[in-house]
Amino acid sequence: MGSVSRHLAIYQAQFKIWTAVQVQYRVAMIIWLIGIIIEPVVYLVVWSNVAAASGGSVGGYDRAGFAAYFIAAMVVNHLTFCWHMWEYDTIIRQGLLSARLLRPMHPIHADLAENLAYKVITSVVVVPTTVVLILIFKPVWQPQTGQLLLFVPSLVMAFLIQFFMGWTLAMAAFWTTRISAINRIYFLGKLFLAGQLSPLTLLPGWLQTAASISPFRWMLSFPVELLLGRVEGTAVYTGLLAQFIWVTLGFLAVRTIWQAGVRRYSAFGS
Amino acid sequence: MRTFRIIATYFRIGILGELEYRANFFIQIFESILGLVVALGGLAVVFEHTADLGGWSPDQLIALVGIYLLVGGLINMVINPSMERFMQDVRQGTLDFTLVKPADSQLLVSVQRVEIWKLIDVLIGVAVIGIALVRLQSEIGWGETAVFALALFCGATIVYSFWLILATCSFWFVRVENILVIFQSMYSAGRWPVGIYPEWLRFILTFLVPVAFAVTVPAQGLIGQLTGGNLALAVGLAIALFVVARFFWRYGIRFYSGASA
Repeated sequence: MGSVSRHLAIYQAQFKIWTAVQVQYRVAMIIWLIGIIIEPVVYLVVWSNVAAASGGSVGGYDRAGFAAYFIAAMVVNHLTFCWHMWEYDTIIRQGLLSARLLRPMHPIHADLAENLAYKVITSVVVVPTTVVLILIFKPVWQPQTGQLLLFVPSLVMAFLIQFFMGWTLAMAAFWTTRISAINRIYFLGKLFLAGQLSPLTLLPGWLQTAASISPFRWMLSFPVELLLGRVEGTAVYTGLLAQFIWVTLGFLAVRTIWQAGVRRYSAFGS
Repeated sequence: MRTFRIIATYFRIGILGELEYRANFFIQIFESILGLVVALGGLAVVFEHTADLGGWSPDQLIALVGIYLLVGGLINMVINPSMERFMQDVRQGTLDFTLVKPADSQLLVSVQRVEIWKLIDVLIGVAVIGIALVRLQSEIGWGETAVFALALFCGATIVYSFWLILATCSFWFVRVENILVIFQSMYSAGRWPVGIYPEWLRFILTFLVPVAFAVTVPAQGLIGQLTGGNLALAVGLAIALFVVARFFWRYGIRFYSGASA
């Protein structure tokens, strides 16, 4: 029990620190948000045009359906994305990890707190943006109560999958300095297979299969479809199970790679 | 003549500098191929479901993607690195070294850094345009080629002038780089013809962040769909923005106070 309250206190402190750090860069944060908004808006417009050209709807989505899909995808992606795979390259190469290792807790906790603090602060901008996009693109949303309730655990698991995957990628920096090449492949996979480019039902069959086998489908597209009430029958439960399996695999990957990597780590001056 | 000699010199320095880091060549090839996969893969998925996007056929859009890669390569090769360096110089006071050189300061600032490996993007862009033209099997006569070249030149001038005006603001505001990040993310919207966007977004992409003139307008010129009015608009805007950027630069530089002054 002592360990839980200790962790809570640590998280509280970390959360405070990261909030203070990030509030310093308010303008930069808003600008990064434009990158998050522009992509779904572009694909929303593209697919709306496709729907209009093929008689109103394509793959079960009409204009309003695409609007709902891409706005939901933007929100879910914002809530679940992480960026530490870009940062550990510097942290490990320049020996900054030493300071983090000295703290009496696993560095992953600081990253988690940073991520949560960022999400809380940026919600000040994301919420009004979402409202504006809803007013502009007029999505039609027909949620189903059962799926809506399961959306919350699905969202949390989607976040954990991305967080663990991202951390596993970040740990590659223990072995190589060319980490950005690996990251780019990861984000390419995410673009096509997670449902950022289009709802997965619009992909060719073999890509849909690839998406379901990979973790990508479970980190974005699945919770979005739950939110929209588009998952049918038992697929709801097999999906949640798949998410749970990927969370577990991700957790194990982080543990294994961290233990192997930190043994390789030797900072300058030590 | 002297201008071209200066540009050529900086290109040579850029090549010499980058040749030290040959691994970057392979990384750039890798990144360029990924960029190509994103652009063409997106088209492939879209055209599984339709044969016409806002009046553009698949092959016409491949030409557009080629121009998108070409212009993006040019921006990332010269304009972006030079302007970033310039803003860093203003912040750190090292712009002194540029100003004491006996050549036009705007020219020096604009070409001072060349990331030569980005040339790969330019070449891939040209190759994609070539493939699109073969597939279109259209007779691109001298007329279309001339209009395309003119529109592309105007587009590049507009983007450059726009970028210089923003960068010049760093004489007053220290952190302008962030605005350039906005341009980078808005530029990705140029992978699609601006005609498909709703009115308000098209306005932003045409006049606030001139992506339309950089990509869509030259593409229209290439496939022979550019109206004389739009070409005239592009030429007029290019000249106007270039003049404004020039004057703004000469005005702004008076506010630079140097490192030790």
